[in-house]
Parts: sequence; C-alpha cells; structure tokens
Amino acid sequence: MNVIEFDHATIRIGGHVILADTSLAIKHGEFIGVLGPNGAGKTTLMRAILGLLRPSTGSISVFGRTPRRGDAAIGYVPQVRTVMPDLRVRGFDFIASSVRGDRWGPPMLSRADRKMIDDSLAAVGARDLAERPLSDMSGGERQRLLLAQAVLGEPRLLLLDEPLISLDQRYQETIIELVGRFARDRNITVLFSAHELNQLIGALDRVLYLGNGRAALGTVAEVVTAPVLSQLYGADIDVVHADGHIFVLSRGRDVERSDHLHDDHAHDHDHQRHA
Amino acid sequence: MTIMLTITTINAMLDYDFMRNAFAAAGVAAVVSGLVGYFLVLRGQTFAGHALGHIGFAGATGAVLIGVPSVWGMVGFTVAAGIGMGLMGERVSGRDVAIGVVLALSLGFGLLFLHYYTAFAAQATSLLFGNVLAVDPAMIATLIGLALITLAALAAIMRPLIFASLQPELAEANGVPLRFVSTAFLAIVALAVSESAQIVGILLVFSLMVGPPATAQRLVTGLWSGIVLSGGIALAEAWVGIALAYHTDWPVSFCISMLSAVAYFASRGWLPRRSPAPRAIVAEEEKPWTH
Repeated sequence: MNVIEFDHATIRIGGHVILADTSLAIKHGEFIGVLGPNGAGKTTLMRAILGLLRPSTGSISVFGRTPRRGDAAIGYVPQVRTVMPDLRVRGFDFIASSVRGDRWGPPMLSRADRKMIDDSLAAVGARDLAERPLSDMSGGERQRLLLAQAVLGEPRLLLLDEPLISLDQRYQETIIELVGRFARDRNITVLFSAHELNQLIGALDRVLYLGNGRAALGTVAEVVTAPVLSQLYGADIDVVHADGHIFVLSRGRDVERSDHLHDDHAHDHDHQRHA
Repeated sequence: MTIMLTITTINAMLDYDFMRNAFAAAGVAAVVSGLVGYFLVLRGQTFAGHALGHIGFAGATGAVLIGVPSVWGMVGFTVAAGIGMGLMGERVSGRDVAIGVVLALSLGFGLLFLHYYTAFAAQATSLLFGNVLAVDPAMIATLIGLALITLAALAAIMRPLIFASLQPELAEANGVPLRFVSTAFLAIVALAVSESAQIVGILLVFSLMVGPPATAQRLVTGLWSGIVLSGGIALAEAWVGIALAYHTDWPVSFCISMLSAVAYFASRGWLPRRSPAPRAIVAEEEKPWTH
C-alpha cells in the first residue's frame, strides 16, 4: 500500500517552481532519506504532504486522500529555523502544548492525555526530560524531545525535517538509530531529510533526492549515481565510493559537506549564556 | 506580639479610603499584568509591551485634549497599536527597529498634546509614573471591567497561544491561525498595559508585566504553576509596595519597581547556574542507543 503518492504534482512558491511535474510513490513502512542541496525543496515537500501547500497542477495523496492540516496520523518534526529562546518551560508541558493545541479555550489535560505524553517520552527514551526546562537542554536533548512530540498518539507516518542539524556526530547517530528502531518496531513510514547521505545509509530503504525542481526516488545504487545527481544539481557531479562511504563531489569538492552548516558551537554558547 | 502589631498596622492603613482604593486597584491590575505578562515573557515580546505603554501615553494625553477620560484614550490607542503590530507579522528582524521608532514618535505626540493643554501638565507625571493613591471607586470599577474582558480573552485563546508560542512551525501545521493568535494576544497585552499603567505609570509597566513573570519562570518550570505564581508575585509586589510606600512615604511606583527588581535578581541567584554536568549524565544515558 502506498502511503504517499505524487501524481504529476507541481508545487510553486511565489511563482518559483520548487517541484515540477513530480510523480512518486512511497510504500508503507519505508524509511526514506530525503536529500538534496539547500533550497532543493525538502521542507516544501514535507509541507505539501502536511497539506500546508497545494500543488498547482497534479495531485498529492497521503493515506489515499488529499492531505489536510492537523492529520493525527502524521508526526512532524519541523526544521528548527531559529535558535529556541530561553524557554523556562519543562519538557512535559512543551509536548503537552501540542495536544489539541488548535482548539480554543484554556488547556486542560485528561488522564489519558498525560499517559499518552508519558508513553511517547518513554518510547524515545526521553523520560528524564519531562521535568527539565528547555533552557537547560542540549541540542540533542531538544531534538529528542521533538521526536517524542512527533510520535505522540502513535502516528503512521513520520516527517523529520533536518533533525540532525546542529548536532554533533555522536548525537546524530543516536537520533538515526532511535528513529530507525522506532519505525521498524511499529512499522511506520519515515521521511528523514538530511544533508549527508552516509550516516543514513544503514537506516534507509530508499533515497529521495531533490534538486533543480526534480526528484529521484530509488535505492542508493539507483539514485546516487553521477548521471542522476548531475541532473539534479545542475552541475557535473562525481560519485566516489570509498571505504563503505559515498562521496558526492563537484569539481573535487564534497557538495554535501560544504552545504552543511555546523552551527552547533554558536548554539551551545548561546545556551550556556542564558542558562 | 508581632502578629498583633502587624494587624494593627494594616487596620490603620485600611482606615483610609484612598488606601483601600489603592489596594483594590493595584490588586486587580497586578493580577492581570502578572497573568498576561507570563505569556509576554514566554514569547519574548517584552519590548512590544514596553512600546505599547509609550503609545498609550499619546493616547491618554490626546484623549484629555479632546475631553475624553485618559484611560479610554489609552485603551483605544494601545489596542489599535497592538492590533497593528500583530498584523505587521512575524518579521522579527525589522520589527524591533520599527517599534522603537513608533515608541519615540508616540512620546513625541504625547508631548505635543501636553503642549496644547498646559493645565494637564501636573497629570503628566501621574501618567508617566502612576498615581495609585488617587484612584477613585469609578476607576476601580473600570479596572475590574477591563480585567474581566482581558482575562476572558486570554482564556479564550490560551491553548493555541501556548502552542504557537512554544512551537510555531508545528502549530501552523496543525491549523493554528498564527497571525490571528499573535494579533489577538497583542490586543490583550494592550489592555493589560493600560491597566498596569493606571497603577505604576507607563514608564514602569515592566515592573508588573515583566518582573513577576520572569521571576516565576526562574523559580518554576511548569506552565500552570508558572502562570499562577506570576499572578501571585505581581499581586504580592503591588500590595507590599503600597504598604512600603505608606510607611516610608516613598512613591508607590518606586516601591513596586524596586520589589520587582529585587525579586527577579534574587530568583536568578536562587538557582545556581547549571554547570556542564547534565551533558555528562546524558552521555551515560545515551549508551544503550549507540551500539
């Protein structure tokens, strides 16, 4: 069964074509690594699946119907665009804010709501974060809290937008391992966007490479090749296999690494200053 | 013995009409400020709150110039400005500068209005720094009415407001109308600022709207406990401030602003700074997931 289907879908933002005439199908239980240069449309793709953007032509279907906002079957970790401010709110309440957060009135949690939050924290090994304020958490802990939030209410599809950004290497592996295990155990479909392919290789079933308004979906062997990527990047790309790793090079430079902004140091200093 | 003395002192204080009025008015405004202020601090919009006070100065002086009670000029101007700021949207980068310019312009207009209504000059001080000892029962009724509207509106948008404040991207994905929520919230802040300004004046609005919530957030990290504590601290600071003013003959607004600052810095010292230790603990917990 296909969880996500794009049928000749074109998505524009402010006149710019982000995805042109794209058709693809993602099956139930697949772990898809979403890759591509900055601005290739990884976030746009996820927003379209969430029903926040509609295709100008063609159609998108998720679980066999047109995507609609607030679908409880989809768990979403948005890319953290801004460094979170000095939030003196404990992890539990941070997650609780999303429980029926679109309804009016003061927030009230039932016993079942509390259990659901406790369960999702436990599912990603984040119980210890329930009582700690966000201002005291490291980048990795915050990311894990967001993951707990995404698995709230047992969704069948997880959209994780750059969950590795600003994390150090070890934390990145932890998050990938955690998501992979969680998805396998519960047979959940995952779209995991990232800058670097190599870390994800062990976890993913197929890759979805975006670039130049186009998308290529397939196994690593099918997609991560010089001809396919050259087209997506709009430049001459070499793919070098070495030591079990795959390097995507443009004129000898590693395009994935040069894309990746390691801003975790600035982030941490900020965090220390506020704490 | 001490308790008896305290009760006697409080009784003596409450013998005066103006003191009873002051406690009532300050109590109402402080609770509203503390509750609304909690969200203002949570959202990192304290500067907007400050600016609304200054815009209210132009409204208040302008209203008097055309023969309308100053409080209504203040409410009208601040609410309009709050809605305007909300509609300007979330372009944070340019916004602080825009707010700063509008803030200065508003004080300028306030000065212009005062210039044309010279008899009002004495009241300028009470607008800027508050004059809670001159509050009459009609003003208390006005404050209570405004408080009920403010808190009802806050309760109505509270759930999406918290969601949008903590996780704007996810809130948007779940269908929360971000623009509407932030605009409605700034209108609510405008009402709270108008109330708070009647007690401590527009220049010291921060002492009731930012000090208590910031203190509460240092002390507790639960959402509800933070909200309740913020209202409680604001109330305590307002009342103790008035009592302190009664005994020392210092201005009430000074006493409240001092208590607000003392409480905030005490709360910062209260909890020791977190050392890098939590990271080390996390590293231990991380192991089961790695290999």
